Amino acid sequence: MILVLLILNLLLGGGLAWLAGRWSASAARWTALVVTLFELLFVGLLWLRLEPAEGSPWLAGIVADWIPNFSVKLILLMDGVSLLLITLTAVLGVLAVLVSWREIQENVGFYYFNLLCVLAGVIGVFTALDLFLFYVCWELMLIPMFLLIANWGHAHRKAAAIKFFLFTQLSGLLMLVAILGLALTHFQATGAITFDYRALLGTAPGSLWLMLGFFVAFAVKLPAFPLHTWLPDAHTEAPTAGSLLLAGLLLKTGAYGLIRFILPLFPEAAAAFAPIAMTLGVIGILYGAVLAFAQTDFKRMVAYTSVSHLGFVLLAVFAMNLLALQGAVVQMLAHGFSTGALFVLAGALQERLHTRDLRRMGGLWTLMPRMGAVALFFAMAALGLPGLGNFVAEFLILLGAYRANMPLAALAAVGLVFATIYALWLLQRAFYGPVASEGAPRDLRPRETLIFAVMMAALLWLGLFPQPVLDAAAPALHRVPGVSLHVGAYVRGPRSPARVRESAHSVARPETAPLAEHVRNGDGSVWGDAKAGRGEAPAPWGRAGTGTSTIDDRRGGAR
Amino acid sequence: MYSLIWLVPIVPFAGFLLLAFAGRYLPRRAVAIIGPGAVGLSAAVMLLISGQFLAAPPAGYAYEQTLWSWIATGGLEVGFTLYLDPLSVVMGCVITVVGFLIHVYATAYMAEDEGYSKFFAYMNLFVGAMLLLVLGQNLLVLYLGWEGVGLCSYLLIGFWYKKPENGAAAMKAFIVTRIGDVALLIGLFLLVVQFGTLDIPAILAAAPGAWAVGAPAAVAAALLLLGGAVGKSAQLPLQTWLPDAMAGPTPVSALIHAATMVTAGVYLIARLHALFALAPGALLLVGIIGAATLLLAAFSALAQHDLKRILAYSTISQLGYMFLALGVGAWTAALFHFMTHAFFKALLFLGAGAIIHSLRDEQNIFRMGGLRRRLPAVYWTFLAGALALAAAPLITAGFYSKDLILFAAWVSPVGNRWLWGAGLLGAFLTALYTFRMVFLVFHGPERTAPHGRPGPAMTVPLMILALLSLLGGFVETPADLGGVHLFSSFLGHALPGLAAHGSPALEAALQLLSTVAVLGGIALAYQLYLRRREATARWLARPAPDAARRLLLAGWGFDWLYDRLFVRPFVWLATVNKDDSVDAFFRGLARASLLLHGALSRAQTGNLRWYAVGFALGVMALLAIVVFR
Repeated sequence: MILVLLILNLLLGGGLAWLAGRWSASAARWTALVVTLFELLFVGLLWLRLEPAEGSPWLAGIVADWIPNFSVKLILLMDGVSLLLITLTAVLGVLAVLVSWREIQENVGFYYFNLLCVLAGVIGVFTALDLFLFYVCWELMLIPMFLLIANWGHAHRKAAAIKFFLFTQLSGLLMLVAILGLALTHFQATGAITFDYRALLGTAPGSLWLMLGFFVAFAVKLPAFPLHTWLPDAHTEAPTAGSLLLAGLLLKTGAYGLIRFILPLFPEAAAAFAPIAMTLGVIGILYGAVLAFAQTDFKRMVAYTSVSHLGFVLLAVFAMNLLALQGAVVQMLAHGFSTGALFVLAGALQERLHTRDLRRMGGLWTLMPRMGAVALFFAMAALGLPGLGNFVAEFLILLGAYRANMPLAALAAVGLVFATIYALWLLQRAFYGPVASEGAPRDLRPRETLIFAVMMAALLWLGLFPQPVLDAAAPALHRVPGVSLHVGAYVRGPRSPARVRESAHSVARPETAPLAEHVRNGDGSVWGDAKAGRGEAPAPWGRAGTGTSTIDDRRGGAR
Repeated sequence: MYSLIWLVPIVPFAGFLLLAFAGRYLPRRAVAIIGPGAVGLSAAVMLLISGQFLAAPPAGYAYEQTLWSWIATGGLEVGFTLYLDPLSVVMGCVITVVGFLIHVYATAYMAEDEGYSKFFAYMNLFVGAMLLLVLGQNLLVLYLGWEGVGLCSYLLIGFWYKKPENGAAAMKAFIVTRIGDVALLIGLFLLVVQFGTLDIPAILAAAPGAWAVGAPAAVAAALLLLGGAVGKSAQLPLQTWLPDAMAGPTPVSALIHAATMVTAGVYLIARLHALFALAPGALLLVGIIGAATLLLAAFSALAQHDLKRILAYSTISQLGYMFLALGVGAWTAALFHFMTHAFFKALLFLGAGAIIHSLRDEQNIFRMGGLRRRLPAVYWTFLAGALALAAAPLITAGFYSKDLILFAAWVSPVGNRWLWGAGLLGAFLTALYTFRMVFLVFHGPERTAPHGRPGPAMTVPLMILALLSLLGGFVETPADLGGVHLFSSFLGHALPGLAAHGSPALEAALQLLSTVAVLGGIALAYQLYLRRREATARWLARPAPDAARRLLLAGWGFDWLYDRLFVRPFVWLATVNKDDSVDAFFRGLARASLLLHGALSRAQTGNLRWYAVGFALGVMALLAIVVFR
């Protein structure tokens, strides 16, 4: 029930903000703030009463009938990965409301309605496990985002919004076709129509075409090279909060989709596709970084760093081991804060200097030392300085990728040098050097200080104490089929040289080792060996039940 | 007592936080107490712990303290763990003590600067990160410190950020060292995949059993780690950043770019000596890089006219000696030279800072002269440092450490005569460029008049460092000169000793040769730059010497080469593709749809005859397909 509450809170709150906006703009702002704070409170409560049911990764959820004629169900389930992303959504939601406080002056009520609808759609995406419902949520977050860009964006907002819409809509249609194809395959095999994720697992593990349908949709959202070109336009033209939500949340839905759907639904096809996907990831890392260096528009530059950072996620997912996936989860959170903060910074600068052109900035440290320090912090996060969240993520991702494909991991690591170049170049152009702009812009306001402080604390936490995040995501990631759980064939403790050399040998060619070698579930049940294709994979949480049952009920009145 | 080890890195971090958040509201006096005070407190704790380590060493000469579990997933467990053994004791003591002296000096040196609290905040952050680097029990904590000191180096080189060239130097330092860091990071991956751990003691214990000597994986791991070391320690081919790094304030050059951070590469190789012992090829490469770097940098130092750049090239050259020592397996000799170098090079930089300060930012040695009488305290301490750098026999610490390296290069089973010869030639060059500097700056006629004399906050650290530069070598002396082995026997609990021993006669002969080289260098400097200065200048003005001088001045043209090989292609690529050629495809798609739209809408004329013709043509085409298929 709590998941429904999370979504309804945002939808109803959004409507309320719209209504309040007719009365006064400030009422709309406060309504939105209270709604997002409530959301954060609910999520906090969620963390407090975390106790997974025996042998199930789902921490909370609801299963109910929705359109019985087509056996479309309302299935909202949350595991550790979803919980982390929902938390990110709630935190960034509050920050997005705060960021818009002064920037948005027109049609404020409707603005906040759209903003909260995006959040609701995102939470829906992170929890919906009926594929039909998932598709609905996927579209639900797209339209209000389109409106945010098209109505409250900058000079070329219309073109950017249309580009954004076309890219995501067309790729979304491919996913819809793939969903229908998957359901059809299941129908042919069993004679029952269902869109239940849990039932569809193992339906078509090797179907390359269905996998590609999903992949393209997620790759556009991620965004993966070469489908990334909508992102710089959308980011540049979106209002600050729009950029924050785009970078922080919408891109994460693509990453989430890869982990949630591609690997579990199509383990064999994904394994076959992995070299191509990993290569695309590495190209994205390098290409995005080089383009970021070349940009002169602050927001466009940050947008390309997103392409680079999310390339790591693509690399991680198709490295198909636990280390890389853990890294991908941390990267999703860390990127949400670090890149989000850079967009907020860009917005703050634009408000003060009325330009995003880096060539017209310079020496800003002299004028605004506190903002300079903040920029320094997030530039360091972007280049992967140890001690901050992005480093933990990139370290785990590269380590996992190294385990899977050494040359690609080495190439991806070069991305760290490129990241250094663009991050330092950004600081040099905007904040160091002689003062280039006139006037005396105001240093950080208390509201902005609060926003940045939250984001800095989050990145430091992720960088120094990532273990709670890793632990929260672990049970869910352990269950992804085809994912090897160990870093090497290493056994702790003393052992003979011969054994070590043998394991070194098997490590050198990880692809040849059976992928599911180490895969086992917490409850002792074993996933089907993806490579050997042992047929039907028994889902540890069982086939979907019919009728209505909630996980919460099973947990003995915890609801 | 040992359990207090966490205080050593934490106190400077606390100082950083305090200064970073409250620095602007604090009076300068408070900043001048907090900044050095934090490092001083850290030094005091470190010295107490070291005293206990000497008096009652922990079991196995190692103590571990896990602060918290950092990352544990997928079979990899990394704790936030500190490690105390003789190696980290030596490093920790030198860093905190020299760091404290430099902080005290900086309170006076930076007194007029507007970024006073920011400066000490960065300096404290640096000391904290450097301590994490040497106290880290696993390679990830080490890497955290490694990148942390890189950040501080960047911030402090670009400390006077309003000048774009300082920013360029700072960026260059960060980016060039980051190239090495990426190699190091890949090396870490290799080690994790092989050993399933990043704990240094575990890797050192497991490596000899896992890899045969010369195994490809061992060589690869050693080479990757060497890549990191070469970047941080400014060795060939990544040495180009260090001369430019002199753009930072002089205390920064003393602390970061002479005494501590740049020796991190030496520390890394010494710390992972067991891996390098398994990779003889990589080890030989370490020695060759060291020898080549020490010669190239020493030649470059000869041609510089900027006081700080001379010292920068000298630092590269001395780091080359340390690499040479590592390359012949003389781990303790490398560490010994690290220690003495930290004393005398910090001293020289601080002395240079005092000169530059009183000459109102004049750095060209050809516009200095005769400062001996006007700045006596600086002169005598600088002379002590110069003698130590030149390795003047018997009375200086530099003599004992350099002698140990040259001796090891000769007698070590993995050493060879060529490396020794390079070291000897280097000793001659070192004496020559050092005393060229001394004679030009302090002797001869006065060219620029100094303003005032440095106060006690500057001279007292100079004197302490001068004493250490002269006396610090007596902890380890060769067999024929007392045979004290305090340093090597203490480090022997962490680093294996050198297997080979030469005869006393050989040792004495080698000492005699290096003494001749050093005294010859000093004498030549005296002739060229004091007695016959005019003749030297005339000779240097001739075309061939002048061309050579310009090549050396530019550091052998590495910057020129890298600019064309890497910088320009990268910038060109980025500029050409600024508008994202991938998007051209999608833009083309949009344009094509518009064109098609235009073409098709032109067909909608409203003219019935056109429609009829189109209809008829369509029908005919369909029929044709059906009939002739």
